Amino acid sequence: MAEKPKLERQAMCDRLAMEFQDEWIVNLGVGMPTLCSNYVDPSRDIITHSENGVIGYGPLAEEGKEDGHLVNAGGQFVTAQPGMSILHHADSFAVIRGGMVDVTVMGAYEVAGNGDFANWRIPSRKGGGIGGAMDLAACAKRVFIAMEHNTREGGPKLLNRCTLPITAPGVVKLLATDLGLFEITPEGFVLREHAPGWNPEEIQELTEAKLIIPPDLKEFRFRA
Amino acid sequence: MKNKIYSSFDQAVEGLPDGSTVMFPGFGGGGLPRNLIAALHRQGAKDLTGVSNNAGALDDKVDVGTLVEAGQMKKMICAFTAATHPSRITPFVQMYNNDEIDAELVPQGTLAERMRAAGAGIGGFYTPSSVGTELAEGKEHREINGRMHVLEHPLFGDYAFIRAWKADTFGNLQFRLTQRNFNVVMAMAATVTIVEVENEIVEAGELEPDHIHVPGIYVDRMVTIPPDGIWY
Repeated sequence: MAEKPKLERQAMCDRLAMEFQDEWIVNLGVGMPTLCSNYVDPSRDIITHSENGVIGYGPLAEEGKEDGHLVNAGGQFVTAQPGMSILHHADSFAVIRGGMVDVTVMGAYEVAGNGDFANWRIPSRKGGGIGGAMDLAACAKRVFIAMEHNTREGGPKLLNRCTLPITAPGVVKLLATDLGLFEITPEGFVLREHAPGWNPEEIQELTEAKLIIPPDLKEFRFRA
Repeated sequence: MKNKIYSSFDQAVEGLPDGSTVMFPGFGGGGLPRNLIAALHRQGAKDLTGVSNNAGALDDKVDVGTLVEAGQMKKMICAFTAATHPSRITPFVQMYNNDEIDAELVPQGTLAERMRAAGAGIGGFYTPSSVGTELAEGKEHREINGRMHVLEHPLFGDYAFIRAWKADTFGNLQFRLTQRNFNVVMAMAATVTIVEVENEIVEAGELEPDHIHVPGIYVDRMVTIPPDGIWY
């Protein structure tokens, strides 16, 4: 039996970006979350923030038009746009800890039903990669996660409790995986939208944590 | 006015002693003092402690990873002590796995603020970052305004290597766009600040006082990057 198609990474990030509201200050983590910047509803007035000290930068620079002095958190060359401003690193994190960031989107190894998540260390490796993740996770108003539903070996990543060292306790609000959109409530994971062709029982089978299936469960929304 | 202009990078790092703590700014290549790092590599000081966002080897050019690979660093204080991808084995990762180098992992915002505190004469600060994680274990906790915080201490440097866009003879510095990153707090947190400058150093008075990012009082030595220097 051929494996059923799952959601593409771009669709997962588009879906999270649909939740961004007018005038939100948005911080996109390194890797998959930067895909959110490919879809920002043009009717929405989003303000980008990158922890290396830039507020209000524009889309990725075209090849050959890069400015060596302007990069985002992933080190990618981005473009200037009207209203952009620059801060030094300590002030950029003052923006974060000061509660100005409305949403941060990150990747993760594990997310738990109590809102904990882990994305900086695998015990089999010495050291870790925190970057700005702990400051953002602790201090942004909302934490959204984009990640594959299962590990490469097929193991669960939506858990009752994280097994890896966590990045911050109890902060994840919304999670997009390649199988659907999940809200984290005081009762645990709620399956809000399922990937096309996948029913809740099939998604539950690939999930350790018990999923709450609401009566208004919908099919996953794609960008228009 | 004291002359702060040095004729070469080698001259600017001469006498930097073994065992020093050296601060290296830079983020994604911008604001990274590659010429001074290359000079320190030639100079050969060892048992150094490095403060940097990561442990280097981000590309095939000179960065702090060059000093790590040469065995000049005994410790790195960074926000990343693992490679960006598990498949990437940098010299740092290899040496760290073999216990040939020490490391301290610090959340990036805490790293920046610890240097700001050092430069600003603040004895420490409480931050909510890392509360509830293994990085907060053993640190003093305090509830402030209903929220748990951990105590963090200032981080001082003996030397800061700085990459600036423009400078005047007094040492006033300007940066361009995200080149600024850690440069400002490192210049303030270190005892001796050495700068590589992308443009010809102008006479004091030619830069707008309102547009100075680091006042010259923090700057000790400056070198203009020559045409055959490392530009990117």
